[in-house]
Amino acid sequence: MQVRVLVRLKPGVLDPQGRAVHHALEGMGFAGVEDVRIGRLIELDVADGTDYATITAMCEKLLANTVIESFSIEFVGVAEGAK
Amino acid sequence: MGLRAAVITFPGSNCDRDMATALEQVSGVPALRVWHGDADLPDRLDLIALPGGFSYGDYLRSGAMAATSPIMRAVIAAADRGVPVLGVCNGFQVLTEARLLPGALLRNAGQRFICRTAALTVGNTDSLFTAGYQAGETIRIPVAHHDGNYFADAETLDQLEGEGRVAFRYAESCNGSARDIAGVLSANGRVLGMMPHPERAIEPAAVAALGGTDGRRLFESILASFASA
Repeated sequence: MQVRVLVRLKPGVLDPQGRAVHHALEGMGFAGVEDVRIGRLIELDVADGTDYATITAMCEKLLANTVIESFSIEFVGVAEGAK
Repeated sequence: MGLRAAVITFPGSNCDRDMATALEQVSGVPALRVWHGDADLPDRLDLIALPGGFSYGDYLRSGAMAATSPIMRAVIAAADRGVPVLGVCNGFQVLTEARLLPGALLRNAGQRFICRTAALTVGNTDSLFTAGYQAGETIRIPVAHHDGNYFADAETLDQLEGEGRVAFRYAESCNGSARDIAGVLSANGRVLGMMPHPERAIEPAAVAALGGTDGRRLFESILASFASA
């Protein structure tokens, strides 16, 4: 079973990497870019039936640092009601 | 008497030998060396030191993987018992990831790796690590890091300042750190994390190359705290 975890810096946390990429895009002539924030996509292949609470625990204990990052969890190809 | 200190080595630590050397030079006793995969620490420790480096190649986040290693469970348990813990550079990052200290270390605001001697203002002289300094004194300690930009929410920063837990500040802006914080203490004052490297500023013979000996007093303070105990 595939699970995608998207880890993002919280609003207000400086993202110098995103800022540098923003500058680069502007330098390349792409107009109208208001902001760039860079996050991390983690793809997990887990045993069928692994529940949301377990993935949440993985996020809180290791995959994200909740001091600076938020996370969202997506069960790939699983119907909403089946979580 | 000496100091019974343990230096933890993670895969990718590279200042562990410097830390052990500093401890031995100041205390006269060789530091014990502990591998990250060990489950237990030596007993009766006076100090645990987490050195600088790039543990686990900074995978995921600096210090994140090391914070989950077997020895860190023992370090957290020891810290909970009041055993002093010093984390320098990557060691500071590990301590925040292990939640022994508040906040987090982000990428330097200027994106660049910073490697130079930095002027620091001493903000606390009450702890076992900082008792040898004068309040408000400016000292010079080398910094060498990419992720040293200290972050915590405003409430946490106010609390750290209100409780006198900002051990060191950059005397001039260095890496974008909130309120120029370079080192913080735990609530009980027995865990110190700092980005600058005191272990690189201890040798009178190397002043010309390394910029001073102001780091020596940090180790002397630790030793003195046990001599007077």
